[in-house]
Amino acid sequence: MIALDLIESTANELMRKAAVEIPRDYLSALKQVTAEEDAGLSCFVLETMLENYEAAETDGRPMCGDTGCPRWYVKFGNESRVEGGGVGLEAALRRATAQATHDIPLRPNRVHPLSRVDHNNNVGIGAPEIEYGFEPDGEWIDITTVHKGGLFGTDYRMLFPSDGIAGIRRFFLDSLAAFGKRGLACQPAIIGIGLGGSKDACMVLGKRAACLRTVGDRNPDPKIAELEDELKELGNSIGMGPMGFVGKSMVVDCNIEVGYCHTGGMQMSIHAFCLSSRRATARLFPDGRVEYRTDPQWFTPYQRRETVEWLSSPQEKSA
Amino acid sequence: MAKQSPRKIRLSTNPTDEELRALKLGDVVYLHGSVYTAREGVYIRTVEEKQPLPLDLPKESAANFHCSPAASINEDGSINMGAVTATASFRFSKWLGEWFKLSGAKLILGKGGMTSKDYRRDFVPNGAIYLTTVGYGTGALLGRGVKQVRNVYWSDDLGLAQAIWLIDVEDFGPFIVESDSEGNSLFERENARVAETLTRAYEGTKPAVLKRFGETDDRTDELI
Repeated sequence: MIALDLIESTANELMRKAAVEIPRDYLSALKQVTAEEDAGLSCFVLETMLENYEAAETDGRPMCGDTGCPRWYVKFGNESRVEGGGVGLEAALRRATAQATHDIPLRPNRVHPLSRVDHNNNVGIGAPEIEYGFEPDGEWIDITTVHKGGLFGTDYRMLFPSDGIAGIRRFFLDSLAAFGKRGLACQPAIIGIGLGGSKDACMVLGKRAACLRTVGDRNPDPKIAELEDELKELGNSIGMGPMGFVGKSMVVDCNIEVGYCHTGGMQMSIHAFCLSSRRATARLFPDGRVEYRTDPQWFTPYQRRETVEWLSSPQEKSA
Repeated sequence: MAKQSPRKIRLSTNPTDEELRALKLGDVVYLHGSVYTAREGVYIRTVEEKQPLPLDLPKESAANFHCSPAASINEDGSINMGAVTATASFRFSKWLGEWFKLSGAKLILGKGGMTSKDYRRDFVPNGAIYLTTVGYGTGALLGRGVKQVRNVYWSDDLGLAQAIWLIDVEDFGPFIVESDSEGNSLFERENARVAETLTRAYEGTKPAVLKRFGETDDRTDELI
């Protein structure tokens, strides 16, 4: 049984880590991008961002004053048990969100869409979002928080098989041009793309592709991996850099996730995870151990399975 | 192309006209003095609802920051402020003409600038310019430039994000000069320079089979 106190204190620490510590995969990629950029203003912006990450960690203050919309991803090892069940878990995550917003402090971004009421704690109706996944075996749970921006850089389009790869390229470019100008997407970004599913599933896949994978990893399907490489290169060839200035640094990486869709369609969503790509994960064990990391390891073979049955043991697989 | 460093300038938050005229697009600015946050909540209340300002502007400050700080107020009234990052300014265009008259602002600080049309219509006649934050999201660097929060107004009814925060700053930056005293826009200049390569990247693509309204504004059009 995983204790509720442990979940709440770990969630608090995850909020702090996400807000203050830039994930190392993103940081080393951005250093590389900075070394390769040769346009004056774009270089100045990138160098300033690198200074900003250092200032954040030295001072223990958030790297960005816009907290975005903090959200949670919880993955259960199939043998795990949580004190208080799902209701207890959700209460702990909501408490940690409110507490960390006050203590760090974070910007209280979440308001009612019509009345604009702000509880000053990033908690409200449907906020923070909490999403769930499961994994065979394991007595652990993984908790990930993501602080992703909430306004620009995301879009959806219903494409069809006749649009083909050229249609994907076109919508990709449209989105970069739309949100890249003046730097509204806070690029260079990790671009997540969802292909297929239904409209809602497509949005979820794309967002997870942006936020729950690391820079440099590739989809295990070689065709998809090839498209990831191609779109990354395409995005960096439009002549635009950070803040929409002349440059070649738009896309730190491009991650694509797919889901089976209606036979007539090819839904596409696109999501930009910004210069403050804030994510932090912890694995909690029943004996009280907590292991922190920055790779959510969300997309496992189980998450991407396409068969009816999941054959988990080697004996079953060879049968 | 050789990497060039932009010119760096220290500027008061109540600058003279002469100081503003000397600024060129792309200059990097660090501010000293006081800045205050004001965005849609404040503009609606003052410009539309005609409520009087709760502080003496521009005497206290002529620098309006489009920002909600990452800050909290403790039960004893003390304030924690860690990071500050701007919010996108283009959404506030419709209030700014009136706002300049009420506030006497000379500097608008924010994210992403506004259009040269806005600058020529509202900024130039009021002797104001626009400074953009960098990145975006140099929240920690800007946070370091905050010396103290002098006051916070209207936080009870507008919430912490929309309240007016009056902040004393030193070496507050960096900002980039986005509009000059003639109303030119750095972003528009860069857009024009990017246009050609952007067009080349589109080669070999074609419009989507299913159109969307917005790609046509004629509602009698079909989208297929």
